[in-house]
Amino acid sequence: MVGGTDVREPCVRPRARERWGRTSRRWDRERDMRLGSRVLVAPIVLALLVLSVAPALAQDADDGEALQGRIADPEREPIAGVEVLVVDEDGVEVGLGVTDDEGEWFVPLPGPGTYTATLLEESLPPDVGLRDPERASLEVDIRTDQQRSVGFALGEERGPGATALSRLPQSLLNGVKFGLLIAMTAIGLSLIFGTTGLINFAHGELVTLGAIVAYFLNAVGPQLPIIAALAIATAFGGLVGAGLERGLWRPLRERRTGLIQMLVISIGLTLVLRHVMLIVFGGASRTYSGYAVQAPIEALGVRVTPRDLTVMVFSVLVLLGVAFLLQRTRLGKAMRAVADNRDLAESSGIDVKHIILVVWVLGGALAALGGVLLGIVENVNYMMGFRLLLLMFAGVILGGLGTAFGAAVGSLVVGIVTEVSTIWLTSELKDVWALLVLILVLLLRPQGILGIKERIG
Amino acid sequence: MDPAAIIANALRAALGPSAAAYALLAIGLNFHFGYTGLLNFGQVGFMLLGAYGVAITVTVFGGSLWLGFAVSLLLAVGLALLLGAPTLRLRADYLAITTIAAAEILRFSFRASPSRDLTGGVFGLSGFAEEFNALNPFTSGIQFGFLAYNQRQLWVLTVGWSLVALAVLLTYLLSRSPWGRALKAIREDEDAARSLGKNVFGYKMQSLVLGGVIGALGGVVFALNLQSVHPDTFLPLLTFYFYTILILGGAATVLGPVVGSVLFWFLMAGMDATLRQAGAAGYMPDWFGADALGAVRFLVVGIGLMLLMIYRPQGIFGDRRELALNVR
Repeated sequence: MVGGTDVREPCVRPRARERWGRTSRRWDRERDMRLGSRVLVAPIVLALLVLSVAPALAQDADDGEALQGRIADPEREPIAGVEVLVVDEDGVEVGLGVTDDEGEWFVPLPGPGTYTATLLEESLPPDVGLRDPERASLEVDIRTDQQRSVGFALGEERGPGATALSRLPQSLLNGVKFGLLIAMTAIGLSLIFGTTGLINFAHGELVTLGAIVAYFLNAVGPQLPIIAALAIATAFGGLVGAGLERGLWRPLRERRTGLIQMLVISIGLTLVLRHVMLIVFGGASRTYSGYAVQAPIEALGVRVTPRDLTVMVFSVLVLLGVAFLLQRTRLGKAMRAVADNRDLAESSGIDVKHIILVVWVLGGALAALGGVLLGIVENVNYMMGFRLLLLMFAGVILGGLGTAFGAAVGSLVVGIVTEVSTIWLTSELKDVWALLVLILVLLLRPQGILGIKERIG
Repeated sequence: MDPAAIIANALRAALGPSAAAYALLAIGLNFHFGYTGLLNFGQVGFMLLGAYGVAITVTVFGGSLWLGFAVSLLLAVGLALLLGAPTLRLRADYLAITTIAAAEILRFSFRASPSRDLTGGVFGLSGFAEEFNALNPFTSGIQFGFLAYNQRQLWVLTVGWSLVALAVLLTYLLSRSPWGRALKAIREDEDAARSLGKNVFGYKMQSLVLGGVIGALGGVVFALNLQSVHPDTFLPLLTFYFYTILILGGAATVLGPVVGSVLFWFLMAGMDATLRQAGAAGYMPDWFGADALGAVRFLVVGIGLMLLMIYRPQGIFGDRRELALNVR
């Protein structure tokens, strides 16, 4: 149910806020904390939130100060006829913006200063409300010739009664969901490190690659159902992994290229892959066709969409499959043997080159698969892999570099830390906590929580 | 197409203030990576602290420019100590991950809304360069043939390249000193250096601090040139620009980072101008828009970095024997 239909007087904050003024600092911070704590990560809501804090996105050619924005419902369909009232510091009306068919409004301003934009809730369609009723009015500082976007997040209202404890199950669930996806991609990173010693900075780009290939199969080209697109993208990821090993890394190892040199080469490769994808895919975030919005199921105090539930169950199955492969099959044992001691493995008759190739195929396929799943639960953009890469590092180091199970456990912890932190702290900083955990682990237990203590200095 | 305009653009960038700022950052990185073998992937973090140190001191606290300088350098020292303490005892690749993570932590924290009163959040800070501009002794711009800078650029450029000259002098003196030889010894064989009684951890830390401080100076010059700072300028990508510059010129050489920076900006600006002119003249396909133009720049840096690392890791001036790069 989309709520928030109570009609309120447009609340205009009378207090003028001096730039960098101390008077409103506390209020500002409280507002930000509230904002942060409200974010229970439904991806669409998150996207709207990001819009509301992002810097001026649209820049019109005409000069002069202005406020503008785009108002869309939770399904991202623009809403026409919504009114936004803009007043100056003294509460004098400057202009009334009305959204057009694209959902866009625009109010020119007389000059730089502090303005308050208020969404008039009675102008919204009856079934849509503000996600956070306290954010109906937003204060903005405008500098000379600045045109700023103001975002109002529409969607389900979060009741004020929710306490930290009552939000914990939902955050945990979101964290596990995210952690499972980090784990899936991090296992490949960890296995590649274990068998070749290379920290593959381009691993995040393999994640993005999977998501983008699936996007083109699903939403642009042949319009395949997402399951088929997912399968093809995964296979493609494995192929790219194999191609990189055969075409780049194996020849480099045969030339006796140093590991640090290879590390820097993998960064060069990151830049190349990422920006080829930027050229092909563009800078926007997109979603797969179908499944973008679903009604959530509510049970046991948590709400989860069938889509997310499917992704989670599927991720668990994939991770169990990888565990089985590593523990119970000859191939998996060989992989672990090579990771453990390459020379010993080679002298006991294991074809190390072949095993490393298999590891790259597996790593590439898992990364691409993780990318598609992440694209399903959130959205697809060309930077998604890089964001994930740092979290993968955190997960891998947390669990112990080079061990597959450590990587999985560490990644789950990272996923949970990022999501649970949003109960108390602004979601803008959720990745920061994971990275801080990474540094703390290096400080206190550099071998990771599951790693075996050995000299790594 | 106008080749003269392209070359003019490229030369302007190659000798301009940004090239000076990048040269300083690469010189700092040269201490870390070139001389000591430390894999600092978070040089952009030092740059961020340098830039914001001045910006925050001047705009938020109303301090003077000189105080801002001091704050910037102190912040850089602090970051180096904080990063070095847990990671310098670990293997080189751990330092790489920690430093890139730390740089991202800084960027995320500076752009988050709770820190908006201090850092301006996503909107950044501006209006801190007035004092610097007021010190400008130049009364007019300059024009050498087709190479032109205005009065302000000339001033930033003079300060920037003077700092570069000082940093180069420092590199020259230090690399010939016993201290510099100890750094190289650590890079080549840490255990051997340790067995000779050198305090390896101490030397690494000193190198990290020194390189970080020079990097922060680069950040200051960068911010004074733009007259504004925005957190999303300081992406991890920038660090890899500095690596490309360093490796292009030659790591562990005195002039490598400077030549690298000049060459890098010449090539980048030349390429940008060429592509833009080709676009305007209608030589480029339709899908090649503004997005793609920006992306091509990074793409070329990536290809350049890979090719350099594969075929000529010593760069233009470097000595291949000197860089036995490996994880130890």
